[in-house]
Amino acid sequence: MNRFLLPLGIFALLAVVLAIGIRHSPDKGLIASPLLGKPAPQFSLPDLADPARQVRSADLRGRWYLFNVWGTWCGECRAEHDMLLKAHRANLLPIIGLDWKDEEGNARSWLTQLGNPYDSVAVDASGREAIDWGVYAAPETFLVNPHGIIVFKHLGALTDETWAREIVPRVTGAPQKGS
Amino acid sequence: MLPELGHFALILALLLAGLQALFGIAGPWLGRERWVAAVTPAVAGQAVMVSTAVACLIASFVGNDFSVSYVAENSNTALPLFYRVAAMWGAHEGSLLLWILLLALWTVAVAIGSSGLPQRFAARVLGVLGVVSFGFLLFTLATSNPFLRLDPPAPDGRDLNPILQDPGLAVHPPILYTGYVGFAVAFAFACAAMLEGRLDQDWARWTRPWTTAAWSFLTCGIALGSFWAYYELGWGGFWFWDPVENASFMPWLVGTALVHSLAVTDKRGLFKSWTLLLAILAFSLSMLGTFLVRSGVLVSVHSFAADPSRGIFILVFLIVMIGGALALYAWRAPLLKSTAGFELGARESFLLFNNVLLVIAAGTVFAGTLAPLISDALKLGTVSVGPPYFNPTFLMSMLPLIALLSVGIHANWKRGRLKDKQRMLLYTFVVAAVLGCGLAFGVYYRGKLLSAVGATLGMWIVLSSLVDPIDRWRRGLSVPRAVLGMTTAHLGLALAVIALTTVQSFTTERDVALSPGETASVGGYEFRFLGVQPVEGPNYDALGGTVEVTRHGAPVALLKPQKRSYWVQHQVTSETAIKMHHGSNVLIALGESLGAGRWSLRIQIRPLVSLIWLAAFIMAVGGALAATDRRYRAAGAPAGARAAVAAQGAA
Amino acid sequence: MTRAGLARVTGAWAIALGTAHLAWSVDTTQLPDPRLQARYVTLTHELRCMQCQNESLADSPVDLAADLRRQVRDMLLAGKSDDEVRDWMAARYGDFILFRPRYSWRNAWLWGAPATLLLLGALVSWRVVRQRTTLLATDHDVLDEDGRP
Repeated sequence: MNRFLLPLGIFALLAVVLAIGIRHSPDKGLIASPLLGKPAPQFSLPDLADPARQVRSADLRGRWYLFNVWGTWCGECRAEHDMLLKAHRANLLPIIGLDWKDEEGNARSWLTQLGNPYDSVAVDASGREAIDWGVYAAPETFLVNPHGIIVFKHLGALTDETWAREIVPRVTGAPQKGS
Repeated sequence: MLPELGHFALILALLLAGLQALFGIAGPWLGRERWVAAVTPAVAGQAVMVSTAVACLIASFVGNDFSVSYVAENSNTALPLFYRVAAMWGAHEGSLLLWILLLALWTVAVAIGSSGLPQRFAARVLGVLGVVSFGFLLFTLATSNPFLRLDPPAPDGRDLNPILQDPGLAVHPPILYTGYVGFAVAFAFACAAMLEGRLDQDWARWTRPWTTAAWSFLTCGIALGSFWAYYELGWGGFWFWDPVENASFMPWLVGTALVHSLAVTDKRGLFKSWTLLLAILAFSLSMLGTFLVRSGVLVSVHSFAADPSRGIFILVFLIVMIGGALALYAWRAPLLKSTAGFELGARESFLLFNNVLLVIAAGTVFAGTLAPLISDALKLGTVSVGPPYFNPTFLMSMLPLIALLSVGIHANWKRGRLKDKQRMLLYTFVVAAVLGCGLAFGVYYRGKLLSAVGATLGMWIVLSSLVDPIDRWRRGLSVPRAVLGMTTAHLGLALAVIALTTVQSFTTERDVALSPGETASVGGYEFRFLGVQPVEGPNYDALGGTVEVTRHGAPVALLKPQKRSYWVQHQVTSETAIKMHHGSNVLIALGESLGAGRWSLRIQIRPLVSLIWLAAFIMAVGGALAATDRRYRAAGAPAGARAAVAAQGAA
Repeated sequence: MTRAGLARVTGAWAIALGTAHLAWSVDTTQLPDPRLQARYVTLTHELRCMQCQNESLADSPVDLAADLRRQVRDMLLAGKSDDEVRDWMAARYGDFILFRPRYSWRNAWLWGAPATLLLLGALVSWRVVRQRTTLLATDHDVLDEDGRP
């Protein structure tokens, strides 16, 4: 075999790697979460509506739920708000909000003015809870199954498409259209 | 009107580049003399058209024409005129146009400079350059047209990214690209040689000045980028092993190997296939860099807006160009054989080791840079690579290289005759060790083993490099420019080694929180914080701090770091205040307001850091000297005579 | 092409977090024990900021980085080892948060690359030198100082 073909061969391999890289690149900014398939963090945080009460993960055991991380300072959260309201009205599963590093007064007015899609909102003033979920930019939405396992994570504003293709099929047990 | 003219000029440039490629490659192949003669006019025409397009775009910026989408994205009426011009290459589309312009200018230079070359060969070189131009022009027109209109026009622009609003923007990209693009010339020479089936010492001699010149520009460009990052970004860092930085560093490493390999091929007709491969590799890495930066496959703070469709186009272009060149290589390289010999201690040996080590260095940087992609493709999960990987692995191949350098430059061709130089080498090493350890342990007190090693090896190169020139001078002999260039470049490298060793070993850095009137003591200096005042700028508002710097009671400087908030893009940037004092740099940057006038400040003392960029500049000057040696300008007769003698010798 | 600028991720959600800072942060944390402080500085420089992904935790001005720096500080004060801190971070954010790739079988190719290349280089050099020293016997060119016949 002509050993001078070696450089061409190595380049061919490189081209394949780069092509795969391009194919995956829309997801590049969305780093795969190591928490997928693992148990969701246990939490017990003050309720935004009534600080004397706690929002607890223990209360949600045995049910599907959406965990949505948001803040009033976050523009994309505003953009996804209507989608969340729609999801709330569909009454498919409870939506738990995590108000991340926010001002409680602002958060309450926001929900009053724009509508409240959440069954309850937990307040994460220190940011510690969000870190436990591996959150690095709002909004982020997690889907947790009745066994408490995180089965899906969405980065960025929640869209109709994601809701229909990723969340609804998993919750209702219907066959998913692609992943 | 102007944007349409520019757009039209680009289309014409595309056609002319296509003709240039067609005539240049098919002309000699089919024996069509008229086609061969038509190449140079095509080159000229393409250059004129590209220049017109660039002029139109700059004019649109200067005239605040916000009906052009690219202008609206990157400029603003409040932007000072200087930056309005430089903003032309401030983002993806415009910087591509700059690329194309520089390629056109290099092509013109080659056309003019190749008057002494055989016409068919020169046509092939220009033809290959035409293929590259064609590809980039097509890419620009198809995916990245800077002349697209905005309807209705924007009332005002989104302003140039504040970090780019700095004199560095005017010089760094043009000079860097000149070097980057310049390796296309070596690539074209290599392809022309492969197409023609002729690769001899003449070819190497012709290619040398172009390659060395491109190398010089690239050295300057990288150094400028590093310097710019240093004083603009405020971290005091000057090299982050960021993918985009690596994208320019890999061609530099391979380019250095190429410059040396060409010397061996020129002088002794050896390493022909290696030289060929290096010429292909250097430009391939340039093109790969272009791909990495604009396709979005890698995370980088430097990358342009990510767009996978652009990535696909460039990848196809890469496959055609590099795959084509490597296929030619597989075809022609087996025919390149030489019967020359040399012994282990000969100059050829040292240059072989030099090139192997440089390519290994480039290989490790390559592995680290593409690791996320490779790991992902091989389904090995995500991996991220930063300085903790690059620093030690880079050192592994570079330390042997700088150690061998001092010895290698004294080795003779074919028979090293190093025995005669043993004593000189030993003496210079001892002196270097004394100086090096003196620097590491004496001047700075805190040396580690690596500091002493780096300083010693650097000093050794200085001393060893100066032995021959001084000897020649004392004997009244002239020093050929090429030798002067080589010595200068090596000296530059030595200084860079010494500077880098010092900076890495002896930098002092502290973050402090001070209220007005309070003093912090760092690295032997005292810093008295005098508070923060609002400052108004042309298109920004700033908070300016004042810090009084003294050493042993004597005043050193009054430094004024700033935090600027740009009006249009609402971005906050930090302007570091830097003062050079006794060879060291004192840096202060503002952190955050901690309330009640109290602020956090970052203070750094970096010894000899400015020497790094001076050293790089010296290296580039060395390259420029070597490239302009008169020997390279003569082509023809001498080569023929030599070939005859060589043929006799081999018989 | 060293050009600093925001990586404009499609979707713009990353920029949506209030003002985008092109500055960096000054970290005035001081741990009581100088050895702990040294470990703190090293660790915060080795961990990536997940929002400004090309900056380390030490340099990034965003709130998340400040929170994670505090986390490192708390863990060090609680007596955790460097590896435990790295594992804690990676468990939540993946290996991407580490600037120093893990020493694992998955990354063996990466960490092994330099040594492998050096070995290959040595082999190639040895072959070439051997070939050429053999040819020395049949090479009768007499060269001048410049290396030319």
